[in-house]
Amino acid sequence: MGDYAYAAPSTVDSTVELLSNTAQSGGRAQVLAGGTDVLVQMRSVDREPRLLVDVKQLAETNKLSIGDEEIYIGAAIASAVLNENAELKGKLPGLIESADLIGSTQIQGRCTIGGNLCNSSPAGDTIPALIANSAVCHIVGADGERNVPVEDFLTGVGTNCMAPHEFLLGLRIPTPKGRTGDAYLRFIPRTEMDIAVAGAGVRLTLDENGTCTEARVGIGAVAPTALVVPDAAAALIGSNVDEAALNAAADACSAAASPITDKRGTVEYRTKVVGVLCKRAGAIARDRAVVA
Amino acid sequence: MAKVHVSTTVNGQPQEVLVEPNDSLLDTLRDGLGLTGTKEGCATGDCGACSVTLDGRLVCSCLVLGVEADGKEVGTIEGVADGDGLHVLQQKFLEHAALQCGVCTPGFIVAAKALLEKNPDPDETTIRYWLAGNLCRCTGYDKIVRAVQDAASELATPA
Amino acid sequence: MAEAVDLKAIGTRPVRPDGVEKVTGRANFGADLSLPGMLHAKILRSPHAHARIKSVDLSGALAMDGVVAAISGKDLPGGGDLGVNILAKDKALYHGHAVAAVAARSAYIAEVALDSIKVEYEPLNPVLSIDAAIADGATLVNESMHTNGDTSQPASNIAAITKFERGDVEKGFADADVVVEGEYRVPTAHQGYIEPHACTATINEEGKATVWCCTQGQFDVRSMTAQCLEMAVSDIRVIPSEIGGGFGGKTTIYLEPVAVKLSAISGRPVKMVMSREEVFRATGPTSATLCRTKIGAKNDGTITAASAWLAYEAGAFPGAPVGPGCMSVLAPYDLENFAIEGNDVLVNKPKVAAYRAPGAPQSMHAMECTIDELARKLDMDPLELRLKNCAEEGTVAPYGPQFPAIGLKACLEAAKEHPNYTTPPAEGQGRGVAVGFWFNIGMQSSAEIRIAENGAVTIMEGSPDIGGSRASMCLMAAETLGVPYKTINAHVGDTEATGYCNTTGGSRTTFATGLAVIEACEDIITQCKQRAALTWELDVDQVDWQDGQAVPKPGVNADVKPLSLADIARSAGRTGGPLLGRASLNAQGPGASFSVNWTDVEVDRETGKVDVAAFTAVQDAGRAIHPSYVEGQMQGGAVQGLGWALNEEYIYDANGVMENAGFLDYRVPVTSDMPMIDTQIIEVPNPSHPYGVRGVGETPIVAPLAATSNAVRDALGFRINDLPLSPPRVLEAIDANG
Repeated sequence: MGDYAYAAPSTVDSTVELLSNTAQSGGRAQVLAGGTDVLVQMRSVDREPRLLVDVKQLAETNKLSIGDEEIYIGAAIASAVLNENAELKGKLPGLIESADLIGSTQIQGRCTIGGNLCNSSPAGDTIPALIANSAVCHIVGADGERNVPVEDFLTGVGTNCMAPHEFLLGLRIPTPKGRTGDAYLRFIPRTEMDIAVAGAGVRLTLDENGTCTEARVGIGAVAPTALVVPDAAAALIGSNVDEAALNAAADACSAAASPITDKRGTVEYRTKVVGVLCKRAGAIARDRAVVA
Repeated sequence: MAKVHVSTTVNGQPQEVLVEPNDSLLDTLRDGLGLTGTKEGCATGDCGACSVTLDGRLVCSCLVLGVEADGKEVGTIEGVADGDGLHVLQQKFLEHAALQCGVCTPGFIVAAKALLEKNPDPDETTIRYWLAGNLCRCTGYDKIVRAVQDAASELATPA
Repeated sequence: MAEAVDLKAIGTRPVRPDGVEKVTGRANFGADLSLPGMLHAKILRSPHAHARIKSVDLSGALAMDGVVAAISGKDLPGGGDLGVNILAKDKALYHGHAVAAVAARSAYIAEVALDSIKVEYEPLNPVLSIDAAIADGATLVNESMHTNGDTSQPASNIAAITKFERGDVEKGFADADVVVEGEYRVPTAHQGYIEPHACTATINEEGKATVWCCTQGQFDVRSMTAQCLEMAVSDIRVIPSEIGGGFGGKTTIYLEPVAVKLSAISGRPVKMVMSREEVFRATGPTSATLCRTKIGAKNDGTITAASAWLAYEAGAFPGAPVGPGCMSVLAPYDLENFAIEGNDVLVNKPKVAAYRAPGAPQSMHAMECTIDELARKLDMDPLELRLKNCAEEGTVAPYGPQFPAIGLKACLEAAKEHPNYTTPPAEGQGRGVAVGFWFNIGMQSSAEIRIAENGAVTIMEGSPDIGGSRASMCLMAAETLGVPYKTINAHVGDTEATGYCNTTGGSRTTFATGLAVIEACEDIITQCKQRAALTWELDVDQVDWQDGQAVPKPGVNADVKPLSLADIARSAGRTGGPLLGRASLNAQGPGASFSVNWTDVEVDRETGKVDVAAFTAVQDAGRAIHPSYVEGQMQGGAVQGLGWALNEEYIYDANGVMENAGFLDYRVPVTSDMPMIDTQIIEVPNPSHPYGVRGVGETPIVAPLAATSNAVRDALGFRINDLPLSPPRVLEAIDANG
């Protein structure tokens, strides 16, 4: 059994080098952002010692920019910091709310959207909202940079497409234009502190008549990874996002779900509730689009 | 395991401490620095008993590595009362009987102080959601919420 | 005595004496002690819910750098079931059952070393429910267990059957116009104290051990540790730390004998602190239950008969709180005909420990739901139905004794007039009512009152303070002595520093230890009168004690100034030496406490989520010594009950592994889940206490379970019998009921 070690490199290159060298020498490195998942796992399910590579010192992972075409959110920015950014919250209220749902106020002070995504839990709250917002992962590694859509980033329960020498720098999100709104809702048994039993994120754009011209729907905690649900989007596009369209989108989400029964919910429960959440999130996104 | 030297500031005082790379900040405070006012209830970020501030931001010290405190300012329950006496929140927790066993109390006070510094006039719902990460099994929360409300109104009244 | 008048201290709300220490982080809890050279110990736990232990090999762990000592079950010879629970011997009886322990230089090293202990198990079929345990041909948790010890019958998982009966139940049901019955299940719940179990132990070359720990009863820790280690109680000193919640769960021991044994082997102090996961897997919890209840009544609401069949999971050892469950289930009612049967059932789950009104919430959930159904069938207000049948002074309780003055009727009448009750629930919400009860206990307490040279009062007593009891002791002392509260301090002594005292639990402390404090104060008053008489050259029966001063009795001709406690203390050296008051007693007549609770809930029909919109608790406290802490008990108990009703439960997989052993998925209520909890204290004084005190701590958790069930029933229009009313269960029921 080896020992734990910690490093907080100050450049992207040295971070990649550290990750690569550790991998090549047969060691184990783990990227540390907010640590709210990593520290818990270190003490329970996976106590194997490793090199913890803290990426919070990097300028790139702390970059936040709101451009006309793209919003960039660095992977190591704490949720609380994002939530305090009024401009960002105004542009992507649903995504920021999804980040705000991760854990308590205390967790918010540390957790990051990047970490939530890299932990790659089926129930990660930000992931359906990222999918709905067509977010793209900005990854760097020994082979240089690459960009991967969030829905392709995830490969299974707790797994993603990154190689041991790679890490997430940030997320690129198309800047909402015109009458566009997003929303994310999850279901938990309490009001706070739980892992999502089901979640649904919706982003949609309306024309001047209130007809939906674009839509994307992501769902979480109802399959091994969060999913994009094209049928749900199709049910909304061309409609006024009225009750019938929302019900059709809800049915599409329920149909797309392939959940398991566990301590947090049953197959039947999750299948039904993911539809309810899509319907409710869709209505919120619509109302936000109307006033956008 | 090679210990790491950490230079940090706790409650305004510079501190030097050796930590294991996998020690939490909670371990570092309690075992390394002898500051046992910060409590461990779960070590998984689910109870808030270990609440501290890190560079002014409220965190669970069980979910921060001790090494991550290097160069940062840590605020704990031991630093809440100043030389002149108890902080208003501490006084209100006592007056309202907002503690029974008292083991969650340091975390609640540190968390509530962070709230009032950010939002001096929170409504009941805001208080309840801000404190949702602090579990109390004794009080049913009623008197805690009232103590925070009362502290907020006292702080808002010009002296 | 009970109608004490003109109270000055009692009923006020001063700051507790231990308060500043607790709001500043100075107070020392179980895990806060460090000793020089201290080792840290960790426990290896069974990965099987039921398995024969064929061998335990500690050598791998002992060979590791930093490991100093290791033990297994054979190193802990005594203690019977308790000892077997603390370290398994020939069988692992539940997932998480302690099997071995390692002491090392650091907690991390000890934890890592556990992986190097080799245990050979032969897995057995686990028994995981009451239904499975009592089925024909069930696997036996304990092959030598016979019901009620009757070895003429085959071995059974039913350790004991308790029965209470009166009158002719069959005739009572035959006489009824209406009969309602039901079957109700309540899941396993944990006390959920925020402070995990912790202790530090050291033992010297003379075999004298000192144990620091968080406990509800230092004297029980002493005797239990002594039993497990086959030591004399006098060789163990137990020093209680501040305790971070107990609710009954810290009335037994898990770590202390292990720490003492490891200290004996290593020659160094040994500290043990449980993780939260260990707390869930291996301590507490309280029983899951299956209850079948039946009530018959006349059309006017008069109950003609009632019956209850109760089965409680005990965990792997006998001792479910089925007796108190039987005592409580029908206690609120004045009945001619009833039959109650309670079954103590072994399963391969952790040994249950006391949890606030142990046993009462489960059985009373079933019965109070049944009463609610009866009220609906009769179209009666649920308070009116209870008023028509309620127990009063003189009613013979189902468990035997005749009730002295009790406050149930007063609570019901107060509830009926309460604005929260006379105002109907908001649109879309449902309301549920239920009654709670706990009989309360007395038992042994000691107290000493020491008067300093300046007249300041120190109380030394033996009841660990889990909810502000030191403030209550100071208030009762202030009242009795007639001196200001601020001049009094109270301390909880260790086993060498104070007289014997039973454990804090059963809502006995303010009553029984309070009585000892009052008597010790009276001892001080007697001495003060003697000292004053000596000073004034009067007979002692010519001296009175009034408002904290010795004064000549009316009509006594003496030209003297009154002597205060401080005056007498200052000159005590000249009148016979320091003032020291003492009392020890076995308190009788604790006085039952009844409550009435109601709650308004809203159900999201698309997700099955139940939101608590309002909750009101009315309870008889006899006399509220410190009303804020009485309210606090009512509020805290209400929220624990609400948590149990809504989301708390042990979730097991098919192999008996608890799947939610953490605060993430064992969902206790958080601040944002709850409304303010309204309280109304009723004071029907307990005739057995000079100030009328009844214990108040247990009762508050009892009624919320049924109140919540009844409220959801009201909101939905149909009943869900089982708890918790978690969203999946509620949504499934909504779908099934169209």
